[in-house]
Amino acid sequence: MRNIKLNANIKNCDDFYSKLLAAHDGLSDEESENFNSRLILILANHIGDERILEEAIEMAKEK
Amino acid sequence: MSENFEKILYKYKKMVDQDFKNPSHHRVVIVGAGPVGLCAAIDLTLHGVKVTVIDESEKVSSGSRAICVSKRTLEISDRLGVGKKMLEKGVVWNLGKVLFENRKIYEFNLLPEEGHEYPAFINLQQYYVEEYLVERIRQLQGEGHPVEIRGKNKVQKVTAQKNQVLLDIETPDGIYSLSCDWLVACDGPRSTVRSSLGLDFEGQIFEDNFLIADVTMDVDFPTERRFWFDPSFNKGQSALLHKQPDGVWRIDLQLGWDIDKEEEKKKENVIPRLKAMLGEELNFNLEWVSIYTFQCMKMEKFKHGRILFAGDSAHQVSPFGARGANSGVQDADNLCWKLKLVLDGSSPESLLDTYNYERVMAADENILNSSRSTDFITPKSKASMRFRNAVLALSEKYEFARPLVNSGRLSTPTTYDGSMLNSSDHMNEPRRSRVGAPCPDLPLKDGFLLNKTGKGFCIFCFNTETKIDKGSFPVDVKIINIQEDSSNRDFIFDRFLGEYKEAIYLIRPDQHIAARWPFFDANSIKKAICTAMGN
Ligand SMILES: Cc1cc2nc3c(=O)[nH]c(=O)nc-3n(C[C@H](O)[C@H](O)[C@H](O)COP(=O)(O)OP(=O)(O)OC[C@H]3O[C@@H](n4cnc5c(N)ncnc54)[C@H](O)[C@@H]3O)c2cc1C
Repeated sequence: MRNIKLNANIKNCDDFYSKLLAAHDGLSDEESENFNSRLILILANHIGDERILEEAIEMAKEK
Repeated sequence: MSENFEKILYKYKKMVDQDFKNPSHHRVVIVGAGPVGLCAAIDLTLHGVKVTVIDESEKVSSGSRAICVSKRTLEISDRLGVGKKMLEKGVVWNLGKVLFENRKIYEFNLLPEEGHEYPAFINLQQYYVEEYLVERIRQLQGEGHPVEIRGKNKVQKVTAQKNQVLLDIETPDGIYSLSCDWLVACDGPRSTVRSSLGLDFEGQIFEDNFLIADVTMDVDFPTERRFWFDPSFNKGQSALLHKQPDGVWRIDLQLGWDIDKEEEKKKENVIPRLKAMLGEELNFNLEWVSIYTFQCMKMEKFKHGRILFAGDSAHQVSPFGARGANSGVQDADNLCWKLKLVLDGSSPESLLDTYNYERVMAADENILNSSRSTDFITPKSKASMRFRNAVLALSEKYEFARPLVNSGRLSTPTTYDGSMLNSSDHMNEPRRSRVGAPCPDLPLKDGFLLNKTGKGFCIFCFNTETKIDKGSFPVDVKIINIQEDSSNRDFIFDRFLGEYKEAIYLIRPDQHIAARWPFFDANSIKKAICTAMGN
């Protein structure tokens, strides 16, 4: 049993998605990567729960 | 160069047994009078065991070595009789600054937890520590204890025999042999004892070089620790500035593994770097500079028959976190009471297998922490570099990211979870004082708790005046009754009682917790003492 949410949880998902892309506009690949790293850390801290974080890492490993 | 390096501490003297035809027999021989060997010598002496310390030199270990002495080392030193002296001389620091590419990103105050006799850390040069330990041995000798230190005695060869160990020792008067029941090998990273037995380290994790400099400055710099990630004067590496007693400053410049040591050590290369670090206008004097190579690795086992390895002879760590000498002193702390019980016949020899279990576990923890720090400080891949820099960038503005910054997690003692000497834990909390953990300190009306434990087992009775009949115990146990009062109430609940109103703790001679109960039961206490003695 997973603890991580697997149902769709973002209400205006199109808005979120376009904001995510917009944030990368005009960034070089390197800057984009750095942006993503910061974003992951900010979100991870917000989640906090180690079980969820571990599950998320495992899920992201699936290709 | 500091004159402290030159002081003769244990001058060579020819001993009568050097001329004996057959090797003279000793109970316990300690090879190496570094911090670990000296602590072990004092501890065993206090236990009434006769020890002979053998060292190839006559002086303190030369060069810039350990400076960061942890609270646990101070507590152990207190028990050995040198803690207060170390604290008096040492520099206590709380303020730390973290810099990234030359700009300060944040500062922190360690804000040490109250209610402990000793601070989390002091800075004190290793040569002072060794000198104080030797002075303590002289004092014990003055009181009639039979401990001796033999300077300019170099162990050449060690032969393990059944139930004893044979040593060949080289001196200015030639070679002689000694035998002993037990040998404690504290002869440092290049241990002759280890190589002589054909043993080696396993699992080297990484290797790194550091330029270590001790400087004096003619200005009053604040007492703080500064740590640089990727500064302009040491691109892609780290730097550390730390204060020591006598106005000496320690500088660590990480150099990486692939360097030309001779080139890096040249004054014309060192001085400009230090100037860039300290400020062009500052005048400083170079006391000592050298390059050290650090590795992270350990022996597979610290006990080989009658030979026990402790300190750097058994394990090595990188300097981040000050885990070398601090963990070595804890090896000695763990070992000596066990050896005493075995020598007395009160415990089986297998008690010493728990030395191996517990201290290998501690070495693993230290190596893990050291390697994690290194992964943060010198990222090995593009992705880890990105995350590292993201953490540093975020921590400039946001507090949440600061705990992720890893410039070395300063040495704390290991909790011996899963040790055979542990009894089952009858309390759910506090977690910090679970069975296996080092006992926290506590202020009492007349001093501090850890200071009162002495050298044997102890029972702490919190808020319960139980009549304990010590007669049925297999060893002498000291009982300390502690009643809460308005001044220490919060500490007692936070550190020992948690949700409970009263509690009984069984404390091992090395001040680790062997068992605890929220109630009194004479039989369980007796059983727990036997378990903690390896019976
Ligand atoms: C630059 C630097 C900074 C450090 N900073 C810290 C720190 O801040 N905190 C910390 O905890 N640790 C630190 N360390 C690590 C610390 O110095 C070592 O962990 C510590 O010295 C280990 O003590 P030891 O007694 O095991 O071995 P050693 O100190 O190496 O002592 C070994 C002794 O054995 C003797 N010996 C060796 N071979 C023989 C032989 N064949 N016969 C007889 N005698 C022999 C030697 O003469 C020596 O006296 C630092 C180390 C360095 C180099």
